[in-house]
Amino acid sequence: MSNKNIFSDPLINNNPVTKQILGICSALAVTVKLETALVMSISLTLVLACSNFLISLLRTMIPSKVRIIIQLTIIASLVILIDQVLKAYMYDISKQLSVFVGLIITNCIVMGRAEAFAMQNNPIDSFKDGVGNAFGYSIILILVSIFREILGSGSLMGISLIPQSIYDMGYVNNGLMLLAPGAFIVLGLIAWVQKTVTGVTED
Amino acid sequence: MHSDFQTYRFVMIVSILAAFLLSLTATSLKDKQDYNVEVDRKKNVLKCAGLDVMTINSEQIIINYSQFINEKVISKNGSYVDLKLTDLNQFEDKSTGQILYKNNNKEYLPLYEYSKNNEIVAYILPISGKGLWSTLYGYFSLANDMNTVKGITFYKHGETPGLGAEIEKKWFQDNFINKTIFNEMGQMVSVSVEKGKASGSGLEHKVDGISGATMTGAGLNKFLKSDLKRYIPFIKSLEIGA
Repeated sequence: MSNKNIFSDPLINNNPVTKQILGICSALAVTVKLETALVMSISLTLVLACSNFLISLLRTMIPSKVRIIIQLTIIASLVILIDQVLKAYMYDISKQLSVFVGLIITNCIVMGRAEAFAMQNNPIDSFKDGVGNAFGYSIILILVSIFREILGSGSLMGISLIPQSIYDMGYVNNGLMLLAPGAFIVLGLIAWVQKTVTGVTED
Repeated sequence: MHSDFQTYRFVMIVSILAAFLLSLTATSLKDKQDYNVEVDRKKNVLKCAGLDVMTINSEQIIINYSQFINEKVISKNGSYVDLKLTDLNQFEDKSTGQILYKNNNKEYLPLYEYSKNNEIVAYILPISGKGLWSTLYGYFSLANDMNTVKGITFYKHGETPGLGAEIEKKWFQDNFINKTIFNEMGQMVSVSVEKGKASGSGLEHKVDGISGATMTGAGLNKFLKSDLKRYIPFIKSLEIGA
């Protein structure tokens, strides 16, 4: 695989969320608002890039019998680090993200990339692969959250977009978009559009 | 192939490094995190009293708090005692989630007075108790007639987002405002969260429930009433004085 593909492939063609259907849990949970989705995306990008890099660096030294435990130790340490920093510097957002930052540890994308890519490839490529996959995840999260925040709360980044006059005419925010099923619907539509555009079919 | 010894050594090194790194971060960020928790607590006291805290930053919250809020301690029979809030140790009753405040094995109650122009306009009391999954912590405030609800807030809980966690939303908390806790016979009936829409008689003591979170509402009803009960001697003492 050429260097360019390592980074760009997971963005669209092999997107971890819409193609491989990984990391759905957090994609549903933190996408009610754009702000939380952004913080979650940044957190996951940092974790995935660093974990891929570190695990790849250690790949020849990691005894194969305990490799999953070692991978998890590295991933968990990075996640707790980020959780602590968020609690110190972005308290309100960390309250909203609640357990979901901690759950990055069990995010299938992170474990999947460590096991499938970082264990076989050099640190630089692994780093690119981590950033690429994290961006692929982030794109979907941001798209879903934009739809959900506009349709569900009538705002974006907490700034109200829909003027009061439209509410006065009888418009109401769609409450379904605030709940997890709303995210499922948006996610399904995005996966559909993505598959139609890229022309990728199921094997 | 790695030998067993190499495997153990590697695992040990990785664990120790990770543990060291994490304890270093946790200790160095502790002050900052504690400060955030404190600001959040003060913010909720102010919000409960009816101040708009959404648009002000943490420094302003601290200033507003020291300007408007007086922290007081009262005894179980309702009289003010000369103790500071920081003198009280908190013990949580594990079965109900109620917090007991003690000093030298004697039980006291905390009370926050919200004053404007040297006149107390609201009293704020801490509330806590079990919801469905977790203990809910918050504040409840009464106007100076000691009957009308000024507000309710929750600053910590672990209920399901979208269901029980709706208790921290504005729509739910706003429903409590201007409800009353005493009925016309003078009995303390508290404010209860109904199942579904509040309807029927006694609407002044009822609020709409959260669909899908009946148990959280039931828990809230129970602990709100038992926490308010603790303050009845104090409320009675105010009425005699007035």
